[in-house]
Amino acid sequence: MNTDAAAQAGYRRFLERRSFIEMNARERVRAVLDPGTYREMLGPFDRIKSPWLPLQGIVAQADDGVVLARGTLQAKPALIAAIESAYQGGSMGEVSGAKIAGALELALEDCEQGRLIFPVLLFETGGVRLQEANLGLAAIAEIHAAIIALRRYVPVVGVIAGMVGCFGGMSLAAALCTHLIVTPQARLGMNGPEVIEQEAGIEELDAADRGLIWSLIGGERRYAEGFADDLLEDDADAIAAAIRKAVSADPASAAKPRSMQVERYIEMLRKLGPTP
Amino acid sequence: MEKIQYDYPATRSVAQRVHVGVVGSGDLEVLLEPSADARTHVVVNTSVDGFEATWKNVLDRFFARFDGAVSIEINDFGATPGTVMLRLAQAAEGLRA
Repeated sequence: MNTDAAAQAGYRRFLERRSFIEMNARERVRAVLDPGTYREMLGPFDRIKSPWLPLQGIVAQADDGVVLARGTLQAKPALIAAIESAYQGGSMGEVSGAKIAGALELALEDCEQGRLIFPVLLFETGGVRLQEANLGLAAIAEIHAAIIALRRYVPVVGVIAGMVGCFGGMSLAAALCTHLIVTPQARLGMNGPEVIEQEAGIEELDAADRGLIWSLIGGERRYAEGFADDLLEDDADAIAAAIRKAVSADPASAAKPRSMQVERYIEMLRKLGPTP
Repeated sequence: MEKIQYDYPATRSVAQRVHVGVVGSGDLEVLLEPSADARTHVVVNTSVDGFEATWKNVLDRFFARFDGAVSIEINDFGATPGTVMLRLAQAAEGLRA
């Protein structure tokens, strides 16, 4: 194949690809579930929204930015929770956090009674919603606890596609997942670059330097460091296939969860030689 | 933040619910559902104060052509009139889908 033909083929593949990043949260859930099985819970018409934002002069979204749906993945019962990044940076408030935590806790009850529900989390979040402070943090802690309890029964699969990424307390939720999927556009970290620049100064980190930011916390970097299990192109079909594969994985052959591999990460820190 | 309400006459009953859009920068969310009476009710929650006349113009123009008896909730995050019209048209299109 000459270079022109190779370029043409690459171009065609690019055009044929369905971008996952460009989808909103609801479209992402539909793209992941088996066709025709999508059933939303606490949808926008239930109007379970933030009671705190309007008190602070901010318009609330009818679903508080979280889409919860039941459906199937290759005929296995699944629960998908997706965060809408365009609404308040995908931040976790009291309601949006409780929606995810409550759904995971119900899935856990089913798992405990022998009815396996496979949870998938589509992250796209700056972390806690500052306007709801401790209430959001409490919900995030409940999400952490639910993931740890659930992963004894089923793989808990997380996806960070971009372009917001996954930060703050929700980066811990991503780290707790049994299987984490990222794209090169994803970012994963505790403090976002803007926060670091604001707190430590632009000499410490220039949040506008995209090359630098992605080289530090981008999907490729995080995959290379072992913080993610799959690095995939921004392709909805490829991401849906990877989720199915992760869900079908034999629990007996599963590696120890990352959060229990303490020695591995202490060794990694030792190599980096951080100074206190 | 402002809450604005309007009523319009309607001639056609509607059976579905439609949800489009997002409360994101320069965008809006539209929740459209059948209304209980034969009129159309619109509630606008907007983050930008002082544009009541503009909202009325945009909605008057839309409901000059749309005659469904619906309750519409708009949650707006600073959308331009053009974006509002597009989202309303998208919601109306969802009724036909």
